[in-house]
Amino acid sequence: MAISGTQSQRGGTHVSAAEAAAAFERRETRTRWLLSAPALITLAVASIGPLLIVLVYSFLQKNPNGGVFWQFSTDAWFNVILQRDIFDDTLQFADAHLSIFWRSVKLSMGTTVLALIFGFPTAYFIATRPERTRELWLFLITIPFWTNLLIRTFAIQEVIRNEGIVNSLLLWVGIIDAPIQMMFTDFAIMMGMLYVFLPLMVLPLYASMEKLDFRLVEAGYDLYATRLQVLRRVIIPLVKPGIIAGSILVFIPSLGAYVTPRVLGGGKSLMLGNLIELQFGQGRNWPLGAALSMTLLCIVMVALLVYVRKTSRQGGAHG
Amino acid sequence: MAKATFSVRRQTGFATIALVCFVMLYAPILTLMIYSFNDGTSVAIWEGFSWRWYERAAANEQVQESALLSLKIASIAAVLATIFATMAALATTRTRPYRGLTAIFAAINTPLMVPEIVTAVALLIFFASIKVATGYTGIAYLVAAHTAFCIPFAYLPIRARLESMDATLEIAAADLYATPWRAFRRVTFPLLWPGIVAGLMLAFVISLDDVVITEFVKSAGQDTLPTYMLGQLRRIVTPEMNAISTVFLGISVMVVALFFFMTRKKN
Repeated sequence: MAISGTQSQRGGTHVSAAEAAAAFERRETRTRWLLSAPALITLAVASIGPLLIVLVYSFLQKNPNGGVFWQFSTDAWFNVILQRDIFDDTLQFADAHLSIFWRSVKLSMGTTVLALIFGFPTAYFIATRPERTRELWLFLITIPFWTNLLIRTFAIQEVIRNEGIVNSLLLWVGIIDAPIQMMFTDFAIMMGMLYVFLPLMVLPLYASMEKLDFRLVEAGYDLYATRLQVLRRVIIPLVKPGIIAGSILVFIPSLGAYVTPRVLGGGKSLMLGNLIELQFGQGRNWPLGAALSMTLLCIVMVALLVYVRKTSRQGGAHG
Repeated sequence: MAKATFSVRRQTGFATIALVCFVMLYAPILTLMIYSFNDGTSVAIWEGFSWRWYERAAANEQVQESALLSLKIASIAAVLATIFATMAALATTRTRPYRGLTAIFAAINTPLMVPEIVTAVALLIFFASIKVATGYTGIAYLVAAHTAFCIPFAYLPIRARLESMDATLEIAAADLYATPWRAFRRVTFPLLWPGIVAGLMLAFVISLDDVVITEFVKSAGQDTLPTYMLGQLRRIVTPEMNAISTVFLGISVMVVALFFFMTRKKN
């Protein structure tokens, strides 16, 4: 306001204050766009633009030597869930793809549920610490979040592989005679994803629990509620936004996981990310890879949309 | 009357699960670190303390090259991303909503929403055609890709800092006939500095850690430390990997710890 005042004075007596203010605002908006330009251009070139190219590629014909032929085709999208029989040309469901889709969804949901089971008490524990030590606990959760995902996956591999800590220990104690095969199984992938994505569950849960009004908890106990009842009827409903946020934050990267299933699943247990990679490597079916990528992106966007709608509705109810 | 020890904040078993959780998070990393000092080749049987795997990793030329490339890319990308993010943060905070503001927000946050593998594949397709068209296969592709996905991470702390700052100081500067640039340099920038440093550190760590996008964008012979490690993990694992990981973790933890204390001071 103060600035627009000086501007109108400088602009002379012919221009009305309102016009000068509008001109100032236009200029300011232009400056703001110019300031955003470098970031927007970088993102357009190395993030958003290429995504549009993927969309285009998903509608092209595959070149069996890698790359594409510039001819419109819906084969790739078709092949996401269907395939033609090599012998009698009949249509079938693409079992290989569907089973990988199903495994991805199953493992991501499993990871999310496990992360919630472990993450909820952890977040609650941190939120109920005295103010001074709380930051330290939070720091301990944050550290793994910022350390290299590959190294954390490698660390969990060292724990569960046949010559790893768990098997060596069990063999040494004499509980088992032969190592338990954990690597290259769905279990290994789920453990790995739980391990690397757990902080993503704890952090938003903690953010909601920190704001929890413990007088309401106290009121619950005063009205003769048991701990379980307080948990179910008071705490969980109040931290629901955190539960939703944490679940989405774990589910999305799990669904698109690439490194963890590659390292811990070997070539045996593929997830969607590995299936996509395969199309650009040995598969040499770029359009199918592009269509699969777009499918993954769509699922993620739907999950985000659900999240945004849920949280905005809840925000409205509170306000 | 409740027992003296009764606390409304306590939930049965929660503390136990929380502690299990912390142990679960740290035990694998700590084991990995401990066995990097193991004299033997095994990653499970302890055979005495030694630095030999560190020496071997340090003498490994591939490790040297990839570590250097990692640092180079992370430095350039983090600086670029921080500059761009600072400008974007100035443009998107402390303003009345204008047309396109939401679009700018959405654009900046795309790298956070799009699965990494999808971005990686998209960049592979896009850069492959540029590589064919121009013949250039240098590290600019990696720098561009890293800069793009670092922008939202640099943007978050800078924006948070800006929003907690008072605009009156800048208005005062303007009233005292400071040009916009001078007001920025003498007033806004010094106040914003901690946010910028925090953003720079986050961007650096994020770039240093990236595996997936780098793996798809890199040209032949352009391994960063994480992609080199990913390649090695397919083979037999020796404690040399533990040694590299330990150093890598040390650097990340140091940067994050610095970031944590800096942002804490602000509050």
